[in-house]
Amino acid sequence: MDLKVNDYTTDDGLTVITVEGEIDVYTAPKLREKLIDLVNKGKFHLLVDMEKVEFLDSTGLGVLVGGLKRVRAHDGSLELVCTQERILKIFRITGLTKVFGIHKTIAEAEEKRKGAK
Amino acid sequence: MATVELSFSALPVHVRTARLIVTAVARRSGVDEAIMDEVRLAVGEACSRAVEAHRAHCPDEPVRLELSDTAHRFQVIVSDSVPADEAEGGPPSAPRPDDLPALALAGDADLGLAVIAGLADDVEISNTPKGVQIRMSWPADRPAPPAT
Repeated sequence: MDLKVNDYTTDDGLTVITVEGEIDVYTAPKLREKLIDLVNKGKFHLLVDMEKVEFLDSTGLGVLVGGLKRVRAHDGSLELVCTQERILKIFRITGLTKVFGIHKTIAEAEEKRKGAK
Repeated sequence: MATVELSFSALPVHVRTARLIVTAVARRSGVDEAIMDEVRLAVGEACSRAVEAHRAHCPDEPVRLELSDTAHRFQVIVSDSVPADEAEGGPPSAPRPDDLPALALAGDADLGLAVIAGLADDVEISNTPKGVQIRMSWPADRPAPPAT
């Protein structure tokens, strides 16, 4: 299945990226390009919604880590929405749960962002 | 002899094909559905790693995959054709889990090997004269053939 990547920015300045499909060595460049494009447009607070991701491998993890490094260079943030156990397991195995903020819903991420302001 | 042998061009798109074939053979070999995602992901990681190595060193050589089921185990061997003297150092090894977040942020972590080590029931990574070989296996209980 091809990877579908869409985005919108909330009134609060949070850019939500919805990802649907399989993120692997073949499709990960599409997500990488989207993250780079958003940062180049000055979007430094990103939330990647992974609820419709069916498969994620280490190439996809590398793209997310790369995106995080890019936004951090601008004092930004890159957090995730994910409740799928099979995807969360990959973040746990690689210790990346310590690197990414992971939320259950977009609304939860927005609430925490407002609380942190 | 392997139940299924597969070789494919070192292209990222074919890693997905390899994952599909592995899933089908693992299912046929009696691998529990509960661990099918782990098999699929670990083999995909090993194939991705081999494809990247081939693209850097020998893009025209195919990646080899052997699938077999013996003694209640489903075994997968992924072999690349990058000789040890072309690869850096000895056989690759998975980084320590505690070191991974810092290594990942520094861009130095081999996340693929970490995923394989975390998912495969039994893993062995070795350098052979032809290249790196990753052998993984999981429990399997092949169902009895239908009565005739």
